Amino acid sequence: MSAVNKKQNGQQTLTWLTRLTARWSWILIVVLFTIAVLVERTALGHTWLRLLFGKSALNFALRAAVPLTLGALSGVICERSGIINIGIEGMMLAGAFGAFVVKVKTGVLPLPISLFLATLTALLVGGAMAYIHALLSIRYKVNQIISGTVIITLASGLTTFFFNPDWNSKGKFGDIAIPLLSKIPVIGEVLFSKGLITYLALILVVALQVLLFHSQWGLRTRAIGEHPRAADTVGINVNRMRYYNTVVGGMLAGLAGAFLVLEAVGQFKEGMTAGRGFISLAAMIFGNWTPVGAFGAALLFGYSQALQNELLLAGVTSVPRHFISMLPYVVTIVAVTGFVGRTRPPAAEGQVYESE
Amino acid sequence: MEQSKGIKPTSILTPALRAIRMPLLAIVTALLAGALVMLSSGDNPLVAYWGLLRGAVGSFPALSQTIRKATPFILTGLSVAFAFKAGLFNIGASGQFLMGTIFSVAVGVNFAGLPAFIHMPLAVLAGILGGALWGAIAGWLKVWKGAHEVITTIMLNYIASLFAGWTVYAGGTAGQKPGPLSDPEAAARAISETRDVLESARIPQLLPQIFDRVHWGIILALLMALLIWWLLWKTTLGFEIRTVGQNLHAARYAGIRVGRTMVLSMAIAGGLAGLAGAVETLGLNYKFAPEFTGGVGFEGITIALLGQTHPLGVVLASFLMGGLYGGAAKMQFDSGVDKQIILVVQALVLAFVAAPEIIRFIYRLHKPTREELLQEATTAASWSEE
Repeated sequence: MSAVNKKQNGQQTLTWLTRLTARWSWILIVVLFTIAVLVERTALGHTWLRLLFGKSALNFALRAAVPLTLGALSGVICERSGIINIGIEGMMLAGAFGAFVVKVKTGVLPLPISLFLATLTALLVGGAMAYIHALLSIRYKVNQIISGTVIITLASGLTTFFFNPDWNSKGKFGDIAIPLLSKIPVIGEVLFSKGLITYLALILVVALQVLLFHSQWGLRTRAIGEHPRAADTVGINVNRMRYYNTVVGGMLAGLAGAFLVLEAVGQFKEGMTAGRGFISLAAMIFGNWTPVGAFGAALLFGYSQALQNELLLAGVTSVPRHFISMLPYVVTIVAVTGFVGRTRPPAAEGQVYESE
Repeated sequence: MEQSKGIKPTSILTPALRAIRMPLLAIVTALLAGALVMLSSGDNPLVAYWGLLRGAVGSFPALSQTIRKATPFILTGLSVAFAFKAGLFNIGASGQFLMGTIFSVAVGVNFAGLPAFIHMPLAVLAGILGGALWGAIAGWLKVWKGAHEVITTIMLNYIASLFAGWTVYAGGTAGQKPGPLSDPEAAARAISETRDVLESARIPQLLPQIFDRVHWGIILALLMALLIWWLLWKTTLGFEIRTVGQNLHAARYAGIRVGRTMVLSMAIAGGLAGLAGAVETLGLNYKFAPEFTGGVGFEGITIALLGQTHPLGVVLASFLMGGLYGGAAKMQFDSGVDKQIILVVQALVLAFVAAPEIIRFIYRLHKPTREELLQEATTAASWSEE
């Protein structure tokens, strides 16, 4: 058996791939914006280029990418610690609903306070759903896929049961233009005049990348996801840490829900997450379980949605939208099968840990 | 396993009772918890559950509804349960269901002039084939590349749903061609759906004098449960499948071709879900439109676990879930309680059957015996395979 050899190879591929995805997404962003500036400001702006790289496409891409990014970050935090999270969809939906209810009920308060309370609720509700997931998977040793299914079904049932179509929420997070930076052509408009949760998501990507790979918490998280026994031996409380990470992950998914209700749409609709939790899962996998990689994947998926939208609006393509929408799912299968640069999940994921 | 030492000889009934006790307690507890949720929103759970019961079994139309709902549940439940036996987690039943639907519709709307005794079985077989192919892809990717079937089947679900959507796509204003199965007349009104399945491909009704729109699909589903039981416990292949599910290394050591068995297991599981799609289309809906997804994927998981992954258990669990779903509309009508409460009950049933420890804690039951623990153990679901 060449298991050891295989593992080493896998590790090398992993570090190589992590670096590549990280570098890749930055290169992608830089290239995109360069073209966007050129398209907007020079004679290059033919219809096609304007469609592909115009402000509206980029704006749409980022808006679509924010909930995917937050969802994927939620997955990264849980899964790096060894807890599989296919319940992102449910946590997101529950968070969105929580945010909506509080937003409606505090409608009489000044808008910023109401928004703040609603966001806080989304975090708490997402965290609470995640706590159920953690309780089932850790305390009751339920298969984590099943536990995730419970979360999704529960969220979908509870939110439609308690939803009242007469509720109406007024006002949402407005765009905040960052002084100076927002004056940069194109980039300023796309990146630096956005709502609060978008900024928060961008900051979280960088912060979590740094924390995961350069902090004590990150080292411990990765340790309990890769080799819990070894981590236990050096005195890390594996299961307590898994609870902690799962709940924080759930809060991030809840924040994604808050984004949908409080920043993007302004209202709650039944089943409004519409599979975004699963695309987040795909983004997490395609991003190889790293925050920056997940963000790159979320951008790619968001961009593919934007593209589909722009092409449809302009009426320049005869390709049915269905095929463009397949992209996230197809590339995820490609990524896990390793046809192109294989991704690798944390080794101890999904396994119950019991200290001796 | 049943004959191991230390078990006193008891009556035949006891093991059956023991097998059925935890699922029953799980359902009762979930219904009680559902009642609490109703109380919290000011509804009367007694009125609601009375309506649910009447809607499920209170009349022949209600009973028919329950049977109609149970039919695809049995097949998707079997699909998930069968994969569990092979140590695989088939979360892709909804994708396989859709592929089965599309394949069977494709046969069903074409080939006019074929006699019914050829056309109908052909359409059913096409459905099985569609689902089996979709399942086999996941199995093959696992064996060949080690890609975990949960990830691939989730992704395949969405690909199937988009693919199915495209086949009936009415076409767009920018010159997008309509999908190959879309009905031109409906497409002219911008409605995306297929033509009606030809008479000769439809599954005939079962006792239409008594039941309302119940078709022979239910008999087919029950036969499938029997067939799967026979396959798993009476054939060499079944033995190999169960061995692979219980101990991969032992299976490999015993000379079982593990890869082949896994791909085959996923194909059979997919075929069952595909058959569910075929039966639902050829016996009930007679056409496909994108909103007919049915959401059968997660119900399949609940049913498989509630039925303790045994074919007989799956059948019983399907009728129960069929009753819940069938009676929900009547419940909403009678009591004004939103029928979505059923989803909450379903989630709780799943949680309780998957975590029997909670049930034991609530009812102060004894510690489980080793045999019971073995029975409760479902497949491990780590993303990474060693």
